[in-house]
Amino acid sequence: MPLIEMQQIVKTYNSNGAAVQALKGIDFRVAEGEIMAIMGPSGSGKSTLLSILGAMNPPTSGQVLVDEIPIYDLSLEKRADFRHEYLGFVFQQLQLIPYLTALENTLLPLAITRLSHRQQEEMALTALERVGLGDKARRLPNQLSGGEQERVAIARAIVNQPPIVLADEPTGSLDTQTGAEVMRLFQSLNREGLTVVIVTHNPENIPYVQRVVHLRDGGIVQDRGRQK
Amino acid sequence: MRLTDIALNNLKRRKSKMLFLVLGLLIGVATVVSLVSITRAMHTDIQDKIDQFGANIVVTPQADDLALSYGGVTVSSAAYDVKELHTDDAAKIQQIPLRANIANVAPKLVGAVDVGGNKVLLVGVDFPSELRLKKWWEIVGQDPAVPDEVLLGYNAASRLSAMPGNTVTINGRSFQVAGTLKELGSSEDDAIFADLGAAQQVLGKPDAVSLIEVSALCKACPIEDIVQEISMQLPDARVSALAQAVKSRQQTVDQLTSFSLAVSIVVLLIGGLVVLTTMMSAVNERTREIGIFRAIGFRRTHIARVILFEALLVSLLGGVLGWFLGMLASTVLGPRVAQLSVGVEWNPLLALGAVALAVAIGLAGSIYPAIRAANLDPAEALRFI
Repeated sequence: MPLIEMQQIVKTYNSNGAAVQALKGIDFRVAEGEIMAIMGPSGSGKSTLLSILGAMNPPTSGQVLVDEIPIYDLSLEKRADFRHEYLGFVFQQLQLIPYLTALENTLLPLAITRLSHRQQEEMALTALERVGLGDKARRLPNQLSGGEQERVAIARAIVNQPPIVLADEPTGSLDTQTGAEVMRLFQSLNREGLTVVIVTHNPENIPYVQRVVHLRDGGIVQDRGRQK
Repeated sequence: MRLTDIALNNLKRRKSKMLFLVLGLLIGVATVVSLVSITRAMHTDIQDKIDQFGANIVVTPQADDLALSYGGVTVSSAAYDVKELHTDDAAKIQQIPLRANIANVAPKLVGAVDVGGNKVLLVGVDFPSELRLKKWWEIVGQDPAVPDEVLLGYNAASRLSAMPGNTVTINGRSFQVAGTLKELGSSEDDAIFADLGAAQQVLGKPDAVSLIEVSALCKACPIEDIVQEISMQLPDARVSALAQAVKSRQQTVDQLTSFSLAVSIVVLLIGGLVVLTTMMSAVNERTREIGIFRAIGFRRTHIARVILFEALLVSLLGGVLGWFLGMLASTVLGPRVAQLSVGVEWNPLLALGAVALAVAIGLAGSIYPAIRAANLDPAEALRFI
C-alpha cells in the first residue's frame, strides 16, 4: 500500500491569457519509509509537483491520495489540519521566522496544539537535538550558519512527528560539505521510518536517496531506483 | 508557544510600525476624549452661565385679554393693574413634584407710587431671592437688609437725586436708600425696589403679588413639565416659559454636540484608515511568513487570530494612552482655549469608553487585513506558483 499516490496529475496555469500546462498527467507512488528525489531543470514542474503533494496547490485534474485520503476533496481548513498531521516542510531559502529563536521556530507547528508549554518545549528540544543543534536553541537565525539554519528548518519539519517530510531544494544555498551533511541527516531520519521527498536539481544529492524521478516539461521522463 | 506569543514577538520586532499604529489610535482617541470632556464641561459651564441669566419661567395672573405690550413698550397702563397673585403662591411653586429643578422663586408686586411729587414704579421683591436671580446687578452702596431699606434704579436715583444713606418718602412712608443700581439699560433703571411686605403696605395691597419669576435648572430641560406642574399648582395663574431662552440654550448645546460628533467621526475615520493601511502593509510584509504558517498547518482562523490579537494589544495601548493624553489636554487646554470656568471631570466611564473605542477602531481596521492574511494562498505566498 503506497503512502502517497498521485493519479494523473495535470496542472494548468493561466499566463497572460494563455493556458500553460505545468504538469501533464503525472502518475507515481511513494511507499512508506522511502527517500526519493524529484529532479529536473528549471521550469520542469518539480516545485509545482511538490506544492501539489504538499496539499497547498490543487491540481487542475487528477487526485492525490495520502494514506488513502483524497486530500483535495478536503475543505481548506481540513487540508490545513492534514498538513499539520502528515507533512513536514523544509522550504527553499530556509524560511525561518527571523525574529524567533531556533527553539521558537521549531515550536511553531506546536503553537496550534493543546500541548502544555513544557511538553512543547521538550518536543522542540528533542527535535533540535536530533538535528544536532541542542546547544544553539536560543539563537536567532542570523546567529546561525547556513547549514545550522537548514537543520533548524528540518527540526521544525519533524517536531510534531509527521510521517512525511517534503523538502524543496534543501541544499540549494549550501556548500558541498554542508549540503552533504544535510543530506545525511535526511538519510538518517529516513532510516528511522520517515518518508522523505526532496526536490533538487543537484546531482550530488543522488547518492543519498533510494529513488530519483526525473521531470522534464511537466512529465516524468525517468523513474530510477528501487521502490519498497 | 501559543498564537499570542507569535503576535507578541511580532509586535516586539516591528516596533516602529506598531508605534505608528499606537500613535494613530492615540491621536484619534485623545482628540475624541478631549472633545467629549471639553464639550461636557462646556455644557455644565453654559448651564451655569445661562442659569445666571435669570428666570426662565414667569408666573402672572390669569388674564382674559392678550398682552398689550411689545418690545418693552406697553400700550395700556392697565398692564400693572391686573388681578394679583398671593404671597403664598410662591411657596406653592416650591412644592411641585419637580421642585428639585427649581433654583429660585422670586415673587414681585409692582405699582405706581408718589415720591416727592414724582410718579415712580415701585417693585416689591424678596431681596434674597431677587439678588440671587439678578446676578448682573451692580449695587453702589449696600444690599437692603431690613424692610425699611430700598434700592433705587439708576434713573430713579438720578431723578430723585438720592444717594446711598439718603432717605426717600414713598407714599408718605420713609425708607432709607441702602444702595443704587448701576445703569442696566432696562425698565429696572426707572424703578424703586423695596421689600415685598413693605411694598404691599405702601401700595395698600396686603398679601398681593403681581408676578413670580422662576428660575428652573434645566440639565435635562423638562421645562414644559415644570410649567405644567406649576399650572396645576396655581390654576388661576398664567405660567409661561421663556421659550426663546430655552431654545437658544438647547441650540447652543446641540451645535456643540453636533460639532464634536462631526470632528470625532472624521478623526476616528482617519484613525481607522491609519490602522487599515498599517495593518495591510504589515500583512504584505509578512506574506512569506504567513505562507509558512499556512503550510505547516495553521488554519485561516489561526492566522486571523494572530493578526487580530496584535491589533487588540496595540489598540488597548492606544486607548489607554489616548484617554490619558486627551484628559490631560482637556484639563490643561480646556480653561485656556474654551474659557471654561468649570473643571474637566476625570470620569472612569470615559476611560472605559475610550479604550473600547480604540479597540473597536483597531479591530475594525484590522478585520480586512486579517481576512486578507487568512486567505493568502500558501503556495503563492511561498512562490511555488
